[in-house]
Amino acid sequence: MFVRPFKSDARAVSVVIDGETVAASDGEMLAAVLLRTPPFYARRTPVSDSPRAPYCLMGVCFDCLATVDGIASVQTCLTPVRDGMRVERQAGLRELTK
Amino acid sequence: MSKLQDVAVLGAGPAGMAAAVRLRALGVPVALIDEQPAPGGQIWRNVEGNENTAVGKALGSDYAAGAAAAAALNESGCVLRFGNQLWQLEDAQPEAKWRVFVKAGGGLDMLPASAVLLAGGAQERPNPFPGWTLPGVVSVGAAQILMKTAGQIPEEPVWIAGSGPLPLLYMTQLLALGGKIAGYLDTSPRGNLAAALPHLPRALAAWKDLRKGLGWLQTLRRSGVPVVKDVAEIAAAGNDRLESLTYRPRGSKAVTVPARLLLVHEGVVPGIHVTMAMGCAHDWRDDQVCFAPRLDGWGETSRAGLYVAGDGAGIGGAEAARLRGEIAALGIACKLGKLSEAEARQLAAPLRRALDRALAPRRFLDALYRPRPEVFAPAEETVVCRCEEVTAGQIRRAAGKGGPNQLKAFTRAGMGPCQGRQCGYTVSHLLAHSLNSSAAEVGFFHVRPPLKPVTLGELATLEIEEATP
Repeated sequence: MFVRPFKSDARAVSVVIDGETVAASDGEMLAAVLLRTPPFYARRTPVSDSPRAPYCLMGVCFDCLATVDGIASVQTCLTPVRDGMRVERQAGLRELTK
Repeated sequence: MSKLQDVAVLGAGPAGMAAAVRLRALGVPVALIDEQPAPGGQIWRNVEGNENTAVGKALGSDYAAGAAAAAALNESGCVLRFGNQLWQLEDAQPEAKWRVFVKAGGGLDMLPASAVLLAGGAQERPNPFPGWTLPGVVSVGAAQILMKTAGQIPEEPVWIAGSGPLPLLYMTQLLALGGKIAGYLDTSPRGNLAAALPHLPRALAAWKDLRKGLGWLQTLRRSGVPVVKDVAEIAAAGNDRLESLTYRPRGSKAVTVPARLLLVHEGVVPGIHVTMAMGCAHDWRDDQVCFAPRLDGWGETSRAGLYVAGDGAGIGGAEAARLRGEIAALGIACKLGKLSEAEARQLAAPLRRALDRALAPRRFLDALYRPRPEVFAPAEETVVCRCEEVTAGQIRRAAGKGGPNQLKAFTRAGMGPCQGRQCGYTVSHLLAHSLNSSAAEVGFFHVRPPLKPVTLGELATLEIEEATP
């Protein structure tokens, strides 16, 4: 969907999204990584189980919610990437244990 | 609990940075708080990181100008709290006056302050159409943020549908970075021009801004990007992601094209959730088709000690935001006894003249890019509330049972995590239409804290020293 054709000065790191290791830059927003990683969505909705991708990137749409390091419903557009971050695309409602 | 700063400024864009620097220069302790990891706001997002890069060059000189503002902030001596989200604001009379609650790094904190300046800026106008919730549909603002923060651009020729200066600027920047555009669907109604022309003479006072816009249009023409004018309706379709796009120019037949990425934009509106939650008085701005907080000449809201500057006060652009920030800083400094009223008035006079010039093109631009009526009257099956997946038809059927807040209870529209940021205006317009009223009369959802989701675990980290009676 999106690509990153320019070299970044930021340190190369990797994050794990649904078990797959994905390359990223230290400090970039997690939502940006989700928008260039198939299948290009962040969560499935609690109402109709339809997939949603980051839409606004400025913290006002809440469609980029995912489970990050065990915490559910995290706004990934406001979450800087850290090396080794574990991300799960969120399915439906947030769970109490997450 | 953090140390008392006299002023808490929320938002590190042009308004917040200018206000914080000015207040510090007047000897006022300031804490500047922002959700992002670095200064700049959305307009100068990641401006420090893009200095002397190919991306920075493509973003243009107006963007690069933000680096000086960020440098001034870094040297100002303000307490800088980046990566902090405001989730609650309380009036804590009689002691410190305001309590600013933020969420940062897995914990919560409370900052006391004598005065609060909200400089949170704008958000893109909610823009519902069939299929706008599909992955592959992204706002133009979001695409520009991806460009600024990650040098990230569309993988293949991209469709862009919208109205206003931002799509034109984004396309200019994208072309400079070697990006490809499949086509621009210009949704501003052709008839807007006649309504805008009477405002042109005043707008000419800001001829440099107008020349910039004409430059973007010229770049677009020279690039050979196909442009479709006066597009009245768009629809996105696909199974789990965008596969095709249908558009219909006004008075013409619909056209369907394959598409995997569509960028959309229908202008910006002030972010009003904080001032709404605080019960500040708001007025309907018919020229900008939105509510804006009612402010005095120093940017003070109807709640004493709570100020707004920047696009949150009404859309005016970066230069107007900077000037409003400085004017609010003088007003606050006067209130805190750092300046006499005469001094504040004298210092503000040249700023007010400059603000008048900066706002000169607004009436022309607002009329030229006034959103098409279809933005406020989506088709029956169109999802209006993205979070709770409530359609326009469901809202129309529930109209007549009360105002926006009763409708919230009946349909759940506005009750999801975004708290009505993406559906509030559409609900107000749909109700107004059904009730033969106006959005100004119908009003807006009640907004309640927390303004951002907080977990019980985070709440447990909050330490507040209560004064013993």
